[in-house]
Amino acid sequence: MTSSAITASGLKKAYHDKVVLDGIDLDVRAGTIFSLLGPNGAGKTTTVNVLTTLLKMDSGTARVAGYDVATETRKVRSAIGVTGQFASVDELLTGRENLQLMVDLHHLKGGEGKTVVEHLLRRFDLAESADKQTSTYSGGMRRKLDLAMTLVSRPQIIFLDEPTTGLDPRSRRTMWNIVRELVADGMTIFLTTQYLDEADQLADKIAVLDQGRLVAEGTPEQLKRQIPGGHVQLRFAGAAQLGAALRVLTDATPDEESLLLRVPSDGSVKALHALLDRLAEYAIDVEEFTVQMPDLDDVFLSLTGRSSATAEPKTEVITK
Amino acid sequence: MSSDSAIMLRRNFKHTVRNPVTVFNAIFMPIIMMLMFVYVFGAAFDVGGGDYIDYATPGMLMLAIVYGLSATAVSVSSDMTKGIINRFKVMDVSRGAVLTGHVVSTVVRTAGAAAAIIGVAFLFGFSPSGSFLDWLAVVGLLLLVILAVSWLTVAFGLAAKTVESAGFFAVPLIMLPFFSSAIVPADKMGPGIREFATYQPFTPIIESIRGFLAGAPDTGQTLAAIAWSLGIAVVGYVWARSKFDKRA
Repeated sequence: MTSSAITASGLKKAYHDKVVLDGIDLDVRAGTIFSLLGPNGAGKTTTVNVLTTLLKMDSGTARVAGYDVATETRKVRSAIGVTGQFASVDELLTGRENLQLMVDLHHLKGGEGKTVVEHLLRRFDLAESADKQTSTYSGGMRRKLDLAMTLVSRPQIIFLDEPTTGLDPRSRRTMWNIVRELVADGMTIFLTTQYLDEADQLADKIAVLDQGRLVAEGTPEQLKRQIPGGHVQLRFAGAAQLGAALRVLTDATPDEESLLLRVPSDGSVKALHALLDRLAEYAIDVEEFTVQMPDLDDVFLSLTGRSSATAEPKTEVITK
Repeated sequence: MSSDSAIMLRRNFKHTVRNPVTVFNAIFMPIIMMLMFVYVFGAAFDVGGGDYIDYATPGMLMLAIVYGLSATAVSVSSDMTKGIINRFKVMDVSRGAVLTGHVVSTVVRTAGAAAAIIGVAFLFGFSPSGSFLDWLAVVGLLLLVILAVSWLTVAFGLAAKTVESAGFFAVPLIMLPFFSSAIVPADKMGPGIREFATYQPFTPIIESIRGFLAGAPDTGQTLAAIAWSLGIAVVGYVWARSKFDKRA
C-alpha cells in the first residue's frame, strides 16, 4: 500500500497567546507506524487532539483516512480509534463490562459482540481479571484494556498518545508487541512518545517535534545518522596506551586526565568488531569498554541546541 | 430516549449500585435524618397542633431529594475530567446521551429515596388525609422538582473544574431545606432567615405538598412551586447543555 492514511499541512493551534503548534506538515503512509517524538509540552497531545477531531485547529488542513478533519468529522471518527495518555477506562465497571460498553455503543449485534469481547480479553491476556472492577487493575492492564476498547470498532487508524509512559519495562515490551501485531493486521499507527528507543523499536518513520515545530523527520536510521551522540568509550591503564590509541583512531576525542577516549560509533556489531580488531592489530590494551547510544536528550541537543530537560514543562491540554 | 442514552443510563445505574456511599447518602441518610428530627427533636417543635410526622414528612421528602445529589455532580465531573468523555466523543456517541444518562439515573435514584421516605413515614404513624388525586398531584410535583434539581446538579458537575470541588457545588442545595419550612414553619424563625425561608423555592414546594397531603390544596403555593421548578429545570438544562458543548 502506498496511499496516505494521514496528511496534514500547516497545522496551527494556539491557546490564548501561547502557540502550541506552529505549522505542522505530516504524511503518514497507510499500514505503517509513524512516531511523533518529543519532550513534554512539545505539542504531541495537541496534534493528536486536532487529528482526532477533539480540538479545532486555528489554521491548516488535515485529512485522516481520506476525510477532511474539519468538515467530515463524523467520517473521520468512524475510521479511527484513540487511546489517550490517561487510560480512559470506566473504573467502576469490570474489564468485560468496559468492552461490552464499547460493543453496545458501536451497536454490534449480541452474538457478534460477545465474540469480539471474549476475543479481545484473550488476546490482551485479560481473561482472568475480566470480571474484576478496573479500579483494581495495574497500570499495564489498564493500558491494555484501554487499547482493547479502542479495537472494538476495528478502526483503520489508531492514535496512541504516549502508550507506555509510566509503564514498567515488561508492560512496555508487551505493549510494543501488541502495536507490531496491529500493523501486521493492516492498521496504521500514529504513536506519540518521549522515548527515542520506543520510536526506534516501532516506527517506520519518526518526526521530532519541538515547541510546536517539526525539527527533523525520517526513518530511525536516517535520524540516528544525524545524531552525533552515539559513541564508544574506552578507558586505558596509562597515558602511553591512550596516546597509541589516539594515533590509530584519529576521529576520537581524548580526555587525558581520566584516560578516556570517545570514539564516534553507531553501536552496530559490525562497527564494534572493526574497532576491536583495529585495537588488537596494534596490540593496544583497553581497561574498560562501554557503548553509549544516543537518547532523546542527544537528539534534542543536536537538533535544537538545547537539552530536552530544559524544554518547557507540560502544558498540553487534554480536554478543552 | 435514544439507544445511546439507554446504554449510558445502564452504565450510570451500575455506578450507583457499586458505590455504597452513593446509595447510603441517597437512601439511608435521609431516613436517619427523618428519624432524628421526628423522634429526637420532634416533640420539642411547636408546629401548631397535629403530629410532628404529619408536618415533617413533606420537608423530609425535600431533604431526601437533595441529599443524594452531590453524588451526581461528582459522577458527571469525573466523566468530564477523566479520559472517558474523549473516548465517547471520538466514538460519536449521540450528543447529550451522556447527560441524559446522568439525569435519568439521578431521577430514578432520587424518586426511590422519596418513596423510601414516604414508606418509613407510614411505618411511624404518618396519617395524611389527601385523596387519590391529591396523591397524584404530589407524585407529579415531586417528579418535576426531582427533574429540575437533577439538571441543575448535572450543570454543577459540568461547571466544576475538579472532581473534588464538584461535590461541594451541591452543598447549597443540600442546605436549602434547613432554611425552609421543612422542619419548622418559617414564621418561627429569626428575622432575616424568616424572610429568606418564606421566599426561597423550597418553601412553596414543601407547602404545596403539605396542602395536598392534608387534603387541602393551596393553589397559590402550588403555582409558585411549579413556576420555581420549571425555572430551575430550564436554567439547569440550558446551563448544562452550554457547558457540555464547551467542554466536550
